[in-house]
Amino acid sequence: MTPQALDQILEGRRSQPNQLIEVLQDIQENFGYIPREAIKSVSQELGVPLIEVYRVASFYKAFRLKPSGKNVLTMCTGTACHVRGSDLLLDYAIDQLGIKPGEVTPDGLFSIEHVNCLGACALGPIVAENGSYHKHMTPSKLRKLIETISHQKTEDAHHAQA
Amino acid sequence: MPRLNSYRELEHLRERLREQRQSITTTMMVCGGTGCRTSNSQAVIDAFRNELSSQGLDDSVRLCVTGCHGFCEQGPVVIIEPGNTFYCHVSPEDAFEIVYQTVVKGELIERLLYEDPVSGERFRTEAEIPFYKAQERRILSQNRMVDPCSIEDYIVAGGYTALPRVLNGVAPEEIINEIKASGLRGRGGGGFPTGRKWDECLGAPGDEKYVICNADEGDPGAYMDRCVLEGNPHLVLEGMMIGARAIGAGKGYVYVRNEYPLAVKHSRIAVEQARELGLLGDNILGSPFSFEVDIARGGGAFVCGESTALMASIEGKVGEPHPKDVHTVVDGLYHQPTTLNNVETWANVPSIILNGSSWFNSKGTKGSKGTKILALTGRIKNTGLVEVAMGTSIREVVFDIGGGAANSNPIKAVQTGGPSGGCLPLDKFDLAVDFDVLAEAGSMVGSGGMVVMDEETCMVDVAKYFLEFLQDESCGKCLPCRVGIDRMLEIITDITEGRGRMEQLDLLEELADTVSQTALCGLGKTAPNPVLSTLRYFRPEYEAHIKEKKCPAGVCKALITYWIDPEKCNGCGVCIRGCAHGAITGEKKQVHVIDDQLCQKCGICRSECKFDAIQVT
Repeated sequence: MTPQALDQILEGRRSQPNQLIEVLQDIQENFGYIPREAIKSVSQELGVPLIEVYRVASFYKAFRLKPSGKNVLTMCTGTACHVRGSDLLLDYAIDQLGIKPGEVTPDGLFSIEHVNCLGACALGPIVAENGSYHKHMTPSKLRKLIETISHQKTEDAHHAQA
Repeated sequence: MPRLNSYRELEHLRERLREQRQSITTTMMVCGGTGCRTSNSQAVIDAFRNELSSQGLDDSVRLCVTGCHGFCEQGPVVIIEPGNTFYCHVSPEDAFEIVYQTVVKGELIERLLYEDPVSGERFRTEAEIPFYKAQERRILSQNRMVDPCSIEDYIVAGGYTALPRVLNGVAPEEIINEIKASGLRGRGGGGFPTGRKWDECLGAPGDEKYVICNADEGDPGAYMDRCVLEGNPHLVLEGMMIGARAIGAGKGYVYVRNEYPLAVKHSRIAVEQARELGLLGDNILGSPFSFEVDIARGGGAFVCGESTALMASIEGKVGEPHPKDVHTVVDGLYHQPTTLNNVETWANVPSIILNGSSWFNSKGTKGSKGTKILALTGRIKNTGLVEVAMGTSIREVVFDIGGGAANSNPIKAVQTGGPSGGCLPLDKFDLAVDFDVLAEAGSMVGSGGMVVMDEETCMVDVAKYFLEFLQDESCGKCLPCRVGIDRMLEIITDITEGRGRMEQLDLLEELADTVSQTALCGLGKTAPNPVLSTLRYFRPEYEAHIKEKKCPAGVCKALITYWIDPEKCNGCGVCIRGCAHGAITGEKKQVHVIDDQLCQKCGICRSECKFDAIQVT
């Protein structure tokens, strides 16, 4: 996180406590999460007590306080996806990657998120990979998706060595 | 474009834009809604763009990337005018053929037409397709006319015709009376009469008043607000402008879920465009009315669907509700009188002003007027967004429009109204989509989610699912919701894991009753509904879990067993390779076997097997 980038986000919003959520959204969009130092700066610049910034940042699901993995698998657990077996997908991802929702694999390659609804209910179950939606998912398709991403990493590593 | 200073200038612009488009002979409407984008419609759009350019048709053919057409299951969807030809499951490879064959030569491409899954008959236009036939698409049909990023499209299609009617020489009471007479009720879940809400807000004292569009569509399984805002943002803005004029608001907010990036983007573009034309800002169209709109992004909290929590969130605070001793129409955003309506409610407003209240309420029932958009999803053939006249029966929606069961498993229930609603069994399918009728039956219209369930859906698991959802989403401020949902979930978990006792069912009902009577806000008050409705209509399923330790639908992991049907297994070995737990053994071309002790019931074998040999009981 560069101070300039944060400056740009805060531009025109300083000393306006009502801009807190908007500012946090932009920070998250820019940096992928809300860094600790950003919380401090936001508190000073907007004039909101530090504890209140932290409270808002931890209350809303949209905000992450830790960096995510390179590939974020967002599992939709909405009702329409649920009745088509989305819990099997979530369980499978947890089992295969060895991490819980919100965590990152030790190699930094994956993180899992679950979201209440991605709003493409007609095509469920939906799994989003870095925001791109995959429809009609099954454990089998998810296995292939995870394998493809892991395989790419191995190939990238080979290229780097070469 | 220059700022418009009067109604006359707006009409001139409309005429000029229409004249400019006279050279267009064909319009290709490609769905760019979230559903079709999931099915790769962006590649289809790019392919069409290249094809039109290489065939030299840029000037005569207009490629219009529209919002959702509703039939998401068939995406990507393309409609070609004139002729209204409806093509589905279009791929980028089809672009050349469609442009050359249909656009240039006017010939149909049979294989891209919709094929009825039952009769095998192919239909050319939307109007003939059973999915669309029984619908009354007053709002959704407008999506296909406009590119959501083009205010010109909206104006050419007749948009911003209602707004000028309320600007000059019309008293706020007249506007409100028209909305009252229409019988419009809130489409977000509550079903509160919109006109009455506006009236109370108009009468409330305050220096500054606000209107808010609730686009924080938190109901899992509902996505109509997303598609309306994504597909036709100016329609929603025009509704808000009319509402603001009626109650005397100078400022409005669209509170939209950040999980809907396209809706955020399109509504931002729409606001900028409206501002540029002077449809937002000071002295709109030369009238004394001034109005501004900002977009506020939600933080992904279901409780922010509750009005006081939503307003706290716009103020940059934690989305916790507070008691509504004084309603938000009097003491709302920044303690000022505020009118909050949801996307679909606002979208209904312009046409009521334009066509009159009697046009609007010519459809519907005694207490529920107009149409309702439903998100028809789950274990059904035709999934998508459906708009029907209020009063249409659930049966018509599920079977005539939805085409019935997705596979051989018979449909047994429908869940309406999201986490605040309930599950209705098949023998209640003759009930009408009507605020009062569904509430009477223990469910609700809510925001219009309609999730269809079949014999492979466990109703106890559904109740557990909603309790988990609500436990996660409860803000924790009031005890009945925070602790009550926890305790209910404990009991339901016991039941789904084989530890249930019959007397727990009575306790569950008692808890549900207490929570609904004592919780602070709508989230808690309605939280027990999914439990109560499944207990009311599907008690035998609860009893099977408790007495027989069985899950009849084959869902609850602790009570089911995966096994391989020897009649169907051909020993191909796919399941052995797929199983991460080493639970399947068997020689090649010999029947395989699952070791129940090792099986984690993850379902991978079932989804890998091409011969339907993996069974669950």
